Order: sequence, then structure tokens, then C-alpha cells
Amino acid sequence: MENNAATAVVMAGGTSKWKESAMRILFLACACVSICAVALICIFLFANGLPTIFKIGPLNFLLGTEWKPSADVYGIFPMIIGSIYVTAGSLVVGVPIGILTAVYLSRFAGQKTKKLLMPAIQLLAGIPSVVYGFFGVMVLVPWVAELADPFDGSGMSMFTASLLLGIMILPTIITVSKTSLDAVPRSYYEGSLALGATHERSVFCILLPAAKSGVLSGVILGVGRSIGETMAVIMVAGNQPRMPQGLFEGLRTMTSNIVMEMGYAADLHREALIATGVVLFVFILLINFCFSMVKGGKEHA
Amino acid sequence: MPELSINANGRVTAGSDMTASHPTALNRGHRGKDPYRNRTGARVFSVAMRWLVRLAALFTAGILIFLVGYILVRGIPNLKLSLFEWTYNSDNVSLMPSLINTLLMTVLALLVATPLGVFAAIYLVEYAPRGSKLVKVVRLTAETLQGIPSIVYGLFGMLFFVTQLHFGLSLLSGSLTLAIMILPLIMRTTEESLMSVPDSYREGSFGLGAGKLRTVFAIVLPPAMPGILSGVILGTGRIVGETAALLYTAGSATKIASGADFLFDSTRTLAVHMYVLSSEGLHVGEAFGTAVVLLVLVLAINAVSSLIARTLTKGTQNDG
Repeated sequence: MENNAATAVVMAGGTSKWKESAMRILFLACACVSICAVALICIFLFANGLPTIFKIGPLNFLLGTEWKPSADVYGIFPMIIGSIYVTAGSLVVGVPIGILTAVYLSRFAGQKTKKLLMPAIQLLAGIPSVVYGFFGVMVLVPWVAELADPFDGSGMSMFTASLLLGIMILPTIITVSKTSLDAVPRSYYEGSLALGATHERSVFCILLPAAKSGVLSGVILGVGRSIGETMAVIMVAGNQPRMPQGLFEGLRTMTSNIVMEMGYAADLHREALIATGVVLFVFILLINFCFSMVKGGKEHA
Repeated sequence: MPELSINANGRVTAGSDMTASHPTALNRGHRGKDPYRNRTGARVFSVAMRWLVRLAALFTAGILIFLVGYILVRGIPNLKLSLFEWTYNSDNVSLMPSLINTLLMTVLALLVATPLGVFAAIYLVEYAPRGSKLVKVVRLTAETLQGIPSIVYGLFGMLFFVTQLHFGLSLLSGSLTLAIMILPLIMRTTEESLMSVPDSYREGSFGLGAGKLRTVFAIVLPPAMPGILSGVILGTGRIVGETAALLYTAGSATKIASGADFLFDSTRTLAVHMYVLSSEGLHVGEAFGTAVVLLVLVLAINAVSSLIARTLTKGTQNDG
């Protein structure tokens, strides 16, 4: 029996060498798939979008304030500003609450609370954006409508979208910030206590600054999620294709512009929508670049 | 946990470090000359911050409970049998076809993404030479893929699979788009769990005369399995909840993909169905019912994933 196994191994020797290198090449090829995917995405988006941008004129397209597909006028400046406003609004809501929750989880909560709260935050991250959007339509929109009534505003507004996105980016900011807060060496905290600082002062004046690059990268991830979010925004933002008028007025983001009109668009209109996607993609690449800069800086420190 | 108490001057103090402070620190009249003024400031800061972080955590937990509770309370009474009828029509607004399509979509996307992601991770961890440039590029591109929003994947899928490769609005286009989307997730979780397998396993295997391939499949992969599995399930959760990437790649037909060329049928998954229902606004009750099914499905998938991941961490702790 042992003999058989030994001869089998010896006999397989020739083919196994071949097999080894074949599999090695297969693994290598699979590793290259993600490179190919990014290359393909870049090529197809830019090849389809850039000619359109130049056909419309880069300035007309990027800085034009009128979006009138019926008249073949395509300016996406309102949508760019809309995306930036909504993202900024979501940061105003999400960043303070997110960082404070991360601080609580990392340095204040007891074991039991932590055991309850951590899975809860994972659940929050897992809820699909359509469900967030539906919740926004059913709960936030009527509530904001009441709030906005004295200002002549409407329920589907920048405020509603910012609020909803702020909630949606909470889990990202919390988990990343908490991880970096947890990674601060214990001696920092102990040193601060030894110098007579209170627990709170040590946490906020010593630990939080020490973890700032991690917290910042969490915020950048949140920005990426916020600016790229589509379904939830489209359901609560009102989607009027005009310059944002105010906190309680509807606006349209780049993402919702694409989804709203792609269904029936043709010719130049369709190309303009794809070009909107290209502009969004460039924003995302810039954000990714910032993220890797911040992260790279942390590794060097 | 420090206990809160109200002291003689009516201020809220907390914890033992507070009660030790000098009495004049509480006296507002002498504030200007008070040598302990700083300590008062510190106390206000401490108490304020302590409550602020608690409030923030309470808000986060409250939002989750409210959101899930609201959907469940409004949705469960709307879970009628007619929602689960085999075929969809505008009377029953059945979610069954989209549920089946979601299943098909998930299986197809995982069939493509899992081998690719796992093999890629095997190369990165087991084969690539240390400090290789290729590994850096692969990591960078994987990170880039992870940051791309789903609507951009949708656009790419529309341009590449639907138009360029002539797959049309179909199950195939949708699942291939989703496969690229979850590839980095599977790659990263596999990479992490492969790296958590102790090197002594590999050394032992090589020492007994096993080849590289045998070592990878027989020795390294089995203990890394829970981690890989939890990544795959996490990817499943993302597929089930995805909408924006599917609207213009898989379309929104309401029947089950079937027949010989089912791969080329236009399909709508549960999340897309949910979006169509709530944007039409005609079937609010049914939309609530669908929301419950979608929410429970995704939350259950994520719970299973983290449960499996937890058995992994336990396993490695025992090994150590």
C-alpha cells in the first residue's frame, strides 16, 4: 500500500511539475484580472465620454448652468455643485456623530455595550441603499416637509438628502475611526493620565490627534460613498436640474442625473449622461488618490 | 463606570476624580481669582464630552432600531400570500420572480468572482515574490475598484457587456458587472485569511515533501476557508442589495429568467423591484412588504457572514 503511494508520487512527478507551473500561471492571470478591470473601465468610460465633452465643449459642459436635453443644451455645473453640496451636508451630519460614536466605542463603552453596538453598526452598513431611500421617502420627507413649510421649502430637498447620506456614511466613519483609535499605543493614554489629565481630556486631546490620519481616511471613504450614492439620493433629493436654490429646495446630483434620464435618452443626450459618469469617475479617482496619500502617510510615520 | 451625582451647588459631577477637587472651584463668586479655575473648565469639558459621546452612540443605535423597526412594523402586516405568487402581474405585485432572479444573479456572479478572487489572492500571498511591483499594482487597482460607486459600474456594464459584447439587457450582463464589483471584496478577505495561516503549516508541508500546489490546496486553504466563506457571503449581501449597477445592465423585466437562453433574459432583482415599486408610488403596502423581505434577507446574509468570520478568529486563537 505504501509502496503504491510512493510509485504514484514518483510517476506523477513529471506531470506535477507541468501542473505546478500551469497553475502558477493561472493564479497570476487571475491576479491580473483586477488590473484589466480597472483598465477596461477607464478605457470604456473615457473613450465614450471624452469625445462628447469635447463635442459639447469642456467649458460649456462643465460650467454650463443649463441642462435642457430638449434643446440640446448640456451643462452639468448644477449637478456638480449639487453633488458637492449634498456630500458636504452629509459630512456635517455624519462626521461629528461618527467620530464621537467611534470614540465612545473605543474608549468609553463597557464590554457589554460594545458587544451590542458593534454588530448594530455592521447591520447599519449592510442595509441596502434602496431600503435607506424608501425609509427616507416614508419618514424623512414628510418630516422635512413640515420643517421646511415656514420657508416655502419642500420635503424632497438638499437637507433630506444630506441627512440620509449622513446616516449612510456613519458605519464607514465609525469602523475606520475606531480601528485607528484602538491602534494608538496604550502608553500615550497612560502618560496623559500620569500628567494629571482626566480620562476625557486624554482621549480628546491626546488619543484623537494621534489617530487623526486614520480618522481622516475614514472621512475620505465617507466622502467617496456619499458622492457615489445613487438610489437613496434619487429617492429623496427632488432631482430638479437647476442650480441649488437653498437648503430646503430640491437639487440633482451627478449620480441621479444619470439614472433619471438614461432610461429614455438617445444620441447626444445619452452621450452627455455617460460624460456625466466620466466626471463622477474623475471625482472618485481624485478621492481615491487622497485616500491612498493619507494612508501612505500613516505607514511612513 | 463613574456614577453621576448632583453636588451641593446643583452641578452635575461625575466620578471620583471630581469629588476630590477643591471646594472653591465650585464657587462662582470668586471665579476670577480662583486658582482652580482651570479645573472647573476641565470638569465641564469632561462631563460635556462624556455626554456628547454617549449621545452620539445613542443616536447611531437609535437610528438603526428606528429604521429596522419602522420597516418591520409597517411591512409585516403587508406580507400577504399574493406577494409570493409564482408569476407577477399588476394586481398581486408578486416579488417571487425577482426573488428567484436575485438567486440566479447571485449564483452567476459568485461563480465568476469567487475563483478569480480566490486565485488572485493565492497568487498575491503564496506565489508573488516579496516586494514585487505587480503585487503593488494589483493592490492599488483592487483598492480603486473598491472605491468606484455602483452607478459607474452600471455605466461600464452598459457600455461594455450590453453594447460592446452585445449581451443586451440581460442576466449575464448584470451578473458579470456585479462579479467585477465584488471581486476586490473577495480578494481582500481571502488575502487576509491566507495571511493569517501560520507559516509553520507551510514549512511543515514542504518539509514532508509536498509541492507548492499541494501545500496551497491541502494545507493552507482549509484553515483559511471560514475567512474566504465570510467574504463570499459578504459579497452575496452586496449583490442582493445592489440596484444602481443593475438598472441599465440587467433591466427590469418582471418574469423569471428561463429557457435555453435564460442568460440573455432581462431580469429584475429584488432590490430593483423594490426601487421600481417605491418610485411608482402606486403600491405602498406591497413596497413595505418587499422592503421587509429585502431587509431581512440582506441582514441575515450579513449576520451569517460575521458568524463564520467569528469562528475563524476563534480558530486561530486556539492555534496560537
